[in-house]
Parts: sequence; structure tokens; C-alpha cells
Amino acid sequence: MMGEKLNRTMNVLIVGVGGQGVIMVSKVLAQLCQADGHDVKQSEVHGMAKRGGGVFSHVRFGPKVWSPTIPEGEVDILVALEWAEGLRWLKHLKPDTGTFIADCQKIVPPFACRNRKRGAEPAYAPQTPEEIIEQVHAGYVMDATGMAANLGNARASNTVLLGALSTVLDFPEEAWVEIIAATVPAKSVEVNRAAFAEGRAWAMGGEKRIDVTASGLHKAHSEVHHPQVDTILEITEEWCKGCDICVKMCPERCLRLNDRLKAELALPDLCTGCQLCAWLCPDQAISVTNIPVTEPAE
Amino acid sequence: MTEALRQTAAEPSPAGAARPLTGNEAIARGVWEAGARVAAAYPGTPSTEILENVATYPASDIHAQWSTNEKTGMDVAIGASFAGVRAFTAMKHVGLNVAADALMSFSYIGVNGGLVIAICDDPGIHSSQNEQDSRIYARFAQVPVLEPSDGQEALDFTRQAFDLSEQFDTPVFVRSTTRLSHTRSAVVMGARETPAPRAFAENPRKNVMIPAHARMQHGVVLERERRLKDWLADNPLNRVEPGDTSVGIITSGIPYTYVKEVMPDASVLKLGVTWPLPDRLIRDFCAGVERVIVVEELEPLIEDALKAMGIPAEGKAFFPREGEFSPEVVHDALARAGLLVPRVNAAPFEFAPMVRPPVLCAGCPHAACFMALRALDARVAGDIGCYTLAVVEPLKSIDTCVSMGSSIANAVGMAKAGTETKPIVATIGDSTFLHSGIPPLIDAVYNGADITVFLLDNHITAMTGGQDHPGTGRTLRGDPAPRVDFVDLVKSLGVSWVQKVDSYDTATLQRTLREAMAHKGVSVVISDRPCVLDPVRIKGPAMEVEQDSCIACQACMNLGCPAITWSEGWHEGRHKVKIDPEACIGCSLCAQLCTSHSIRPIH
Repeated sequence: MMGEKLNRTMNVLIVGVGGQGVIMVSKVLAQLCQADGHDVKQSEVHGMAKRGGGVFSHVRFGPKVWSPTIPEGEVDILVALEWAEGLRWLKHLKPDTGTFIADCQKIVPPFACRNRKRGAEPAYAPQTPEEIIEQVHAGYVMDATGMAANLGNARASNTVLLGALSTVLDFPEEAWVEIIAATVPAKSVEVNRAAFAEGRAWAMGGEKRIDVTASGLHKAHSEVHHPQVDTILEITEEWCKGCDICVKMCPERCLRLNDRLKAELALPDLCTGCQLCAWLCPDQAISVTNIPVTEPAE
Repeated sequence: MTEALRQTAAEPSPAGAARPLTGNEAIARGVWEAGARVAAAYPGTPSTEILENVATYPASDIHAQWSTNEKTGMDVAIGASFAGVRAFTAMKHVGLNVAADALMSFSYIGVNGGLVIAICDDPGIHSSQNEQDSRIYARFAQVPVLEPSDGQEALDFTRQAFDLSEQFDTPVFVRSTTRLSHTRSAVVMGARETPAPRAFAENPRKNVMIPAHARMQHGVVLERERRLKDWLADNPLNRVEPGDTSVGIITSGIPYTYVKEVMPDASVLKLGVTWPLPDRLIRDFCAGVERVIVVEELEPLIEDALKAMGIPAEGKAFFPREGEFSPEVVHDALARAGLLVPRVNAAPFEFAPMVRPPVLCAGCPHAACFMALRALDARVAGDIGCYTLAVVEPLKSIDTCVSMGSSIANAVGMAKAGTETKPIVATIGDSTFLHSGIPPLIDAVYNGADITVFLLDNHITAMTGGQDHPGTGRTLRGDPAPRVDFVDLVKSLGVSWVQKVDSYDTATLQRTLREAMAHKGVSVVISDRPCVLDPVRIKGPAMEVEQDSCIACQACMNLGCPAITWSEGWHEGRHKVKIDPEACIGCSLCAQLCTSHSIRPIH
């Protein structure tokens, strides 16, 4: 990919979720670049991002690197340690020549599981590896986490991806292995060495590859029909002693104590009919009835 | 980092060693190479790693310490300068507000041993409460500000800043930004110099700022500014890069790299020092180009100065005054100025990206605290720390957040306003409390405010990545230190109602908070559990959800725990939940909330 002598800036964008090892991957690459005589810049932003949010790191190398960040649409290689994070940055990839290397594994954030409406599915990126591979110039969607787990440490998935990345860049294999061994903790050198070899061998198998497990992970949600319901929540005031257990435990926080210290449904639109309050009420003062809505005939 | 620090410090890399360093690592290297003997700071993103890296150099070369806040750190460095050694402090932009009082006087006093202050601004507000431009402080305090644009300059400028400090008898700023602080770039290291310590200079006229002395020193400072301007006109810190003379771009720091990226042929005046400005050099440069464009992040400091000099400079007419620059921002602005062709956005992948906001960690002791506050429907004055994340769903309980240590006095004001019907609670972390929470707590007791202070003690400065403080019992270098006892401390300030609770005991937590809120006057509740990440990553036996009995009420999801998501199973139209055993640390909070007793440790 790089030819004999690099005469322009190469741009590698590495993305993932906080805690996955994005920074480790980019540090290895940056050290490799300077050791090989290139100018190099590697830029990351941490702080809030490490708290489970998205993390990204720009690595640029060549005869002279100016901006620490890669201009949009100029990424030569996008390495994604998590599927949806890869999709987030895909528009930064060079449309005609860019290479996409991604772990197919999903990390579903709790934020994607907030909708308590009946029949709601996680708000996770719906795009499948097949759709994406179709649209990129070159792409590798691998089960890096699975491969690393089989080697004994799922956390070495980032090194599996480094193995795949090594097939696209022009550095000698020994140089990669040497710097990885110097970067990871002593006790995990062996597993990382194996992870690198595994990722490298897998990516040698072709320019557009999808691991068989990837398709299984991204199958469409099974069709389950959940009839919409009307919820009737009734509170028998005489039996309510104002303990406010229901108020505190309602997942939607739609109940409150009124001026007479009796529970009441303050925000009926938010009630999803989950019946939690009814189950918890020590005085059996709450009843929740869900009546299926009859769908009008078309 | 913390772990690395506990290990025996390795030998510093020898002169000539080449390695990519972050801006922060390079500044630390520069401090060590300049032979500084004392360094003190309070952590704050993006400046934190500077002191952490200074502390990787041998203790026999340099004393490095965490101070309780930025003003204390500044005063420690000032004291070392008085004592005749080179001294250093680092802080984020808002930390400079805290330290500003000492800075303003010390600018009049000047240095004995050179004193350098690294200020890290945060354009784009990656992890801060505002994006103030610290260069304004440089002009305000009349101290020179050096702006490196990459790792090598961060190292070199820091070394030069010490020389400049001693040559001109002034503290000197090295200004970084988040982008520089957290960018690794190729650096070749230098040798350490060991300047001989000077003796304390007994000179009350210079060192004791009473009005009579300060009046004299103000004139000295103005004269210093004039001499600096002269000296800087021919100094290589500022350099002209000749090019196409149809446009001349004046820029500094990281924006310089964006200019070179998008407009490599332009004539450029790269300012290494952005206050004071080298008037003569600027006039010469501007005279040689047809049009002058100033490219600077945040405030138009250089542009305004040029206009005051009568130079028709353009800048903020095209460039934003807010947010972080990037090659795209600079390109678009230069296109608006008619100097570049607008970018074509040919991105074929246009789909709505999934929302993934930062969250509190699995097992974070703060989660239960804020769930309790939400359930108790309190008016919560928040503070700065990881726990500010409780401002959003599902914990959604923080009503205000202003600056470090603001929460307690904000709560006092709310109580004294007499309009609030809800119980008023101030939440503040252990490190923030020691930083600037103690005087407002004394204020609350002194003035009889009816508030509850919820001291969230997780035994570390968590937000910035796990730094020690006087409540952890360890110093920056990991040596044992006396440990602040928060109960004794709070009692000694006159608080009569104080209780410690386990953050992982939801029932006791709620009951204790309820009692504290019922107490008239100041009550203090101290939640006591270590951060799950630092100083050691906590991992207990993971919990699992019994799928058969889960009734999909999702009450456990009110914790916002990242280990809990939906499983494939359904119950009455809702997904049941599952726990990621890799992420779960076994805190058991979700099990305490589970209505069907479906959550238990994995056997």
C-alpha cells in the first residue's frame, strides 16, 4: 500500500470505546513510525471520554506531519475496536482508496436500552457487515474479540486488529512484535504475540473479508409481535399509607405523593404499564390493568 | 499512570533519545532538563499528566507534589523561587482563576529562581466548564506567554521559559491546549542542566508587596514589558516563514499546524510568544504582504493588538471565536476569506451515529448516591467530578454545577434565599472538598444554613484519572502521608450532625440522607467506598440475572450501570435484562433493587 518510499502523509484513525485499548494501539503505531524514520503525530482526547464514551486517536506519519488531526475524508485506514464506533467514523474514510478494519463485536451502551415502550429494541446501529463491506474500497470485519478470547484473553482484541493492520502497512513483522512486546504488561506478552499473529494471518486471506461469526452477531431482530396496550392504573387512596415505595421504585418516575401524602399517577403519558408499583405496594393499593388495543381493520 | 508511578522510577532517557512524546510529557521533560528543583500542581484535564510525568524523574533531581489546589501549587512554586531554585507549576485554564491572586502579585515581585507556569487551555471544552483563553491572563498579569505547536517545541520552549524568567525577572507561562497536551509527536531529548541554586535574596522592596513597594514595582513591570518587546523582535521564538506574498498569516501554537496543513504556500509569521507581541517584527512582516490574516483559537488577542497598531488585520470575521480549530475549520474560514476553494463534502456514509455518552463505571459508588438523591427529590447543588454525569438520565438529580468547590456555598445561598421547598443538598467529592470545599462548609456552619452536605468520598481524584490527595494517605510519588479523617475534620469545623455510610447499602443510604435532610442546620453525610478504577481496579465476583424469573421491570437500569443491558428474552413486551460478567464488579446494587430477586452472584 505504501510503495517504496512514502512521499505523503499516511492517516490512520483508531476508534473504540473507553477501556478497549485504543490508545495502546495508537502508541504502538506511533513508536513504530518514529523508529522507522518518519515524522509522526498521534492525537487523542481523553477526560470525559474514558467513562465508557467513544474514544478516538489519530495517527499520521510521513516525511513531515503538520496537523495532529486528520482532515475529514482523508483517512487511509480506519481501525475500529467496536462496530458502531467504526460506523460513526466511516465518513472520514477516503471514499476511493480507504481501508476499513473492524471488530464485529458490539458494545451496547445502557443508553441504547432506555425505551420502555412495548416491543422496543436496543437503539444500536442497524447496519450489517455485509452492507458496509459492499461500500468500502477494502475492508476486514473480524471477530477480534472472539479470536482473543480463544487465545485466553479477550482484552487482547486490540492486538488482533494490529495484526490485521500490519498487513496493510509496510513495516516488518518483527518490528511490530518487538514494540508490542515492549508496550504491553510483561505477563501478557505471549498472548499479545499470539493475538498479533492470528490477526495478521486472518487478514492475509483477502482484501474484503467478513468473519463468519460477524453475520450471526448482526442478524436482524426476530419479529416478535407485541400488541400495544392501554394501561389503567388505579390507586385505592384509603389503603395507601404514603410509604412512597412505588414513587421511589417506578422506573419511569411517573408517580408522586400528593398533598394528602397519597400516591398518585402524576405523569400518565410516561407510564408503560410495567406493574412494578402494583407488585411492590405493601398495602395492595395499586392495580394496573393492560388492555390490548384493538387495531382498526384496514 | 498511578501504577507506573508506584514502580521504581526508571532512569531518565539519555540526551539524544528520540521517541514520540505527548505535549504534557515533553513539558515535563523540559522542566527536568531545565534543572527545576520543585514542582507542584493540582490535577486538571488536560494538564494532569505534566506533574505525573515530572514525578517519573528521580526524586533526588526534583521534588514533585500534588498540592491541595492550584493557588497552593502556585504558592509552593513561588516559595521555591524565593528560595533560589528553578520552580514549576501546571494547571488547567480554570485552575489559573484559582491561582490568579498569587500570580498577579508575583508578577510585580519577579523571580529569584526561574518560575514557569504551564497553563493548559481546553478549546472545544472536552472536559471543562468553560473555554476561557488564558492568553488574556498573560496580558492582564503582564507575564510572557510561550505557545509551542508540537512536542519538540513543548520541550524546548519550557527550557527556554526558565531562562527567560531569570533574564527578565518574571514568571513565564507556557500555554498548551488539549490538542497539544494529548498529541504525541517526534521528540529528540536533551541533556539536563544543573543551575546552581541562588541564595534567598533579602530584598523587602521587591519581595514584600505593601502599597509603597507595589507602586514602585508596577513601574518595573511596565519597563520589563518594553524590554521584552524589543528582545522578542529578533528572537527565533518568533519566526517568519516566507512564501506567497499575496497573503500573510499570523498564527501560533496548534493553529499554526492547521495553517501549514491547508495553506502550505502562504507567508507565515509564527509567533512563539503571543504576549508581549514583537511590534517591530509584526510591522515588517505585514509590510511585505498584501493581506494580513490572523489565525488564533478563541479570543482575537493578536488581531486586536494588530488593529490597535493600525494594521488592517482580518481574523474573527472569518474564524469562529468559540470551539476548537481543526484543519476543516481553518480551511472553511480561509475559504470564506476567499483564499481557498471550499471543501466538497463527498461523504458516502451518512447515517445517524449511535448515541454513546460517557457514563459512570460499573460499580461506581456515586451511582447509588445520586439514585437516592433523585428518589428523595432533593434540590442538588453539584460540583466538579465524575459525579457531574448524574445530571442526565437515568440518575438525573444534579440541578447546578458552577466551579470547583461551588456546591456548598451555592446551597447556602439557596437556603438563605428562602424560596426552596425541597431539601437542599450540596454534593462534593473528596478531592474537590479538600480543594475548595472547606471554607464554604465553615461559612455554612457560621451562618446557620439549613443544608445537607453529601461528601462523596471515593478515596481518590477520580475524574482526572486517579490522583492522590491528602485524603488518600499517599503522595504523588506514592510515599505514605498523613491521611485526612473527614469525620474529624468536619466535626472540628463545628458540624454537629455527621454520619458515614456505605455507598453500596442503598437502604441505609436513603435512610441516612432522609435523617440528614430532616436535621435543622448543617448536616454532613459521608459516603465511603473507593473508586472502582483507581488506585486499584476493583473486581469482585460478577452477578447474573436469572432469566426465568426476570419480569423485565428494568428497575435495575435506573442505576445507569454500563454492565446492564437488555437480553434476548422478553416479558410482557419488554426485554429482560442481562449483566456483562466482564464489566460487572459485583457491587450488588442492582440486586438490591431487583423486585423479583433474579440477580445473584454467578456460581
